Amino acid sequence: MIDSLQRAWRSDFLWSFSRSPVAVVSFLVVLVMVLGAVLAPWIAPHNPFDPATLNLMNGFSSPMEPNAFTGDVFWLGTDDQGRDVFSTILYGMRISLFVGFTAVLFAMVLGISLGLLAGYVGGWVETIIMRVADVQLTFPAILVAMLIFGIAKGFTPVHLRDQMAIWVLIIAIGLSDWVQFARVVRGATLVEKNKEYIQAAKLNGRKPLGIMSLHILPNVLSPVLVIATISLALAIISEATLSFLGVGAPPTQPSLGTLIRIGQGYLFSGEWWILFYPAVTLLVLALSVNLLGDWLRDALNPKLR
Amino acid sequence: MMKKLMLATAVAACAAGSIAQAESLRWARAGDALTLDPHAQNEGPTSALLHQIMEPLVMRDMSGAMVPALATSWAPSEENPNVWVFNLREGVKYHDGADFDSEDVVFSLNRAMTPDSDYKELLASVKEVRAAGPMTVEIETDGPNPIMPNNLTNMFIMDKDWAEANNAVKVQDFEGGEETFAARNANGTGSYKLVSREPDVKTVLTANADYWGSGEFPMQVQDVVFTPIQNQATRIAALLSGEVDFIQDVPVQDLQRVAAASDLKVITAPQNRVIFFGMNQGDDDLAADDVEGKNPLADKRVRMAMNMAINREAIKKVVMRDQSIPAGIAMPPFVNGWTKELDVVPETDNEKAKAMMSEAGYEDGFSIRLDCPNDRYINDEAICQAAVGMLAQIGVKVQLDAKPKAQHFPLISNLETDFYMLGWGVPTYDSEYIFNFLVHTKGEKYGSWNGTRFSNPEIDAKIEALASETALDNRNQMIAEIWQVVQDEQLYIPIHHQVLNWGMSNKIDTIVAPDDAAKFKYFKLN
Repeated sequence: MIDSLQRAWRSDFLWSFSRSPVAVVSFLVVLVMVLGAVLAPWIAPHNPFDPATLNLMNGFSSPMEPNAFTGDVFWLGTDDQGRDVFSTILYGMRISLFVGFTAVLFAMVLGISLGLLAGYVGGWVETIIMRVADVQLTFPAILVAMLIFGIAKGFTPVHLRDQMAIWVLIIAIGLSDWVQFARVVRGATLVEKNKEYIQAAKLNGRKPLGIMSLHILPNVLSPVLVIATISLALAIISEATLSFLGVGAPPTQPSLGTLIRIGQGYLFSGEWWILFYPAVTLLVLALSVNLLGDWLRDALNPKLR
Repeated sequence: MMKKLMLATAVAACAAGSIAQAESLRWARAGDALTLDPHAQNEGPTSALLHQIMEPLVMRDMSGAMVPALATSWAPSEENPNVWVFNLREGVKYHDGADFDSEDVVFSLNRAMTPDSDYKELLASVKEVRAAGPMTVEIETDGPNPIMPNNLTNMFIMDKDWAEANNAVKVQDFEGGEETFAARNANGTGSYKLVSREPDVKTVLTANADYWGSGEFPMQVQDVVFTPIQNQATRIAALLSGEVDFIQDVPVQDLQRVAAASDLKVITAPQNRVIFFGMNQGDDDLAADDVEGKNPLADKRVRMAMNMAINREAIKKVVMRDQSIPAGIAMPPFVNGWTKELDVVPETDNEKAKAMMSEAGYEDGFSIRLDCPNDRYINDEAICQAAVGMLAQIGVKVQLDAKPKAQHFPLISNLETDFYMLGWGVPTYDSEYIFNFLVHTKGEKYGSWNGTRFSNPEIDAKIEALASETALDNRNQMIAEIWQVVQDEQLYIPIHHQVLNWGMSNKIDTIVAPDDAAKFKYFKLN
């Protein structure tokens, strides 16, 4: 264990990380945000998702100023329903990150499986999978996500809708995002599958499933990691967009996008904080993840070193 | 030389622009008219648009007073107390050139009495409509109906021949999603002609040069361009930037901003409209809740507890920024039958409400879906969200489903919602109108907007009798008795009476109509 840690410490990977201030800073930012989101129930002043704890009279408090009716003070102000913006950002980030991670994981599993299958099996299986992927690429991802979201909403029973909304979002974003993984993995698989070590494995009697998962997969994983990181930023933004359009997270469980949607109605009246803080949070979050992805791409690409 | 020419062109363009601007009025509000079929939807923005194009026999002017429109005079018949006689205006022509006469009135009123019509409640007491000459119409009711003319202020008259030629004799089944020629086109006698219409996008009207009232009304607006803009921020930005001249629903948070702009103004008046929640108390089990086998809303204690949990003062202060009048009854103060005592705002008392919930057997609460429009009433979705928080305090976990009114309203009239928001304006200024639509058992002639499933034969009989009760004291006594039952039953959870805020360019000179229907023939332009 210690041995492998030491090996990791001496590797290029960490060396290149420590030499890139952008990567270090964005990693720290992402770390703080993830921690904030995970620990939200313990650090947030109150739970904005529990409508019973809200006091409408606290609505529209400015940051750091006592509310005109209740005298309560909120660091980043409150929104139109009296939800503390700071708490709501923490809880909203939970939704954004959870949806982002899970959707990318879903897209990754789906994309890798289909990509491996297409690349390794070839023939009509490949044709079908890749043509479906091509067709889907011609639609904007957000449109596909909205379509899936709309269809799923029609099928979910009414009283489960709020609980299901998050999962529907995940599936919608995940399904709109698997194509990239599938294409990259298929390409890499086509290169790998004719190499000698695969021939050797075949001669040893390994089943195709074993070859795909144990031999090809580890060798096509590094481009997948890069795409995954960049997809994460995109998935977070997709979730925010869907919620901004009012088709994502339910209004009683605002995510960052919902908060921005609420806030933009109050921009002209001077209640800027409802929009500003969630927007900055979303910006910083997506930017950091993206920068981290950029660095990862460079670090894993020997040609760029 | 070139420069001079360009300058001249620019000046000419500016001049042309300002002339065109002086005559046209760009109008925006949150939602579009649902249809152009004059009898398919009895809904504020729908009649507001139709009032430009079509006309009723009598109408309300911008101050709310009843004035002649297609009828010049009306009176109860001297021979038969059950008959109202309307003398029609001579020489009126439809936009397509056809002449207006009593045949059209008979046709239109009969059309408005068919089951698909959303105006049938207003004519429920009518026995027969007949032409007593080319320019005279008689309306016979089951008994003497003292307020018959009040029921006709939104009852638009259409040309019989046009309707027959265009397959529009039957009223559009709006809830059933039917599309008809009359839903997209209109041929009226009104002050403005329909030039083009794209539902939810843009409707263009132009002044009717042959309008009978050309000399009588200012008619200074030449063209009207109507654009529904649902998003509050976009709507207010359009007004501030001069992209539109008149918006009918200034978001309450932006009132100061508009008032402070040097070329804009806000005019305000209380609206003849009440906002409330309706609850399905009649069904044995609800589709939208998590209680199996019974209906929590059937228990009066639950309804009363929910009523008690709503903090109307907080909604007024925070959501409406003082632009509302908290309500204790589902009736605007303009209406005959309204009293201060009935409209006393219930005290918010969560402890008492919780006690009533547990008395009713729901100490752990229950969960239910609330259907809410998001482009109809002022801050409708925000009010619903606030109610979610307030009801959560007494254990009622509400899932909010907010959507555009075109999808929301059919839920109520098709009885597909168990808990919903509705607003009710009262064009007749009389309680009977509210009872006919919202309290009477839902059926062929009455109760089309009664989503509560409340049904009480005794009350139904009393409501029907109102139409022919001529002794005013008696009638008012009956109205008071019906309201007592409605209040005791906690049929509705009233929220507030809306205050109208019209935002407009300084060049417009008008007053706020209490029914929120801007009639552009009255508008003056400076």
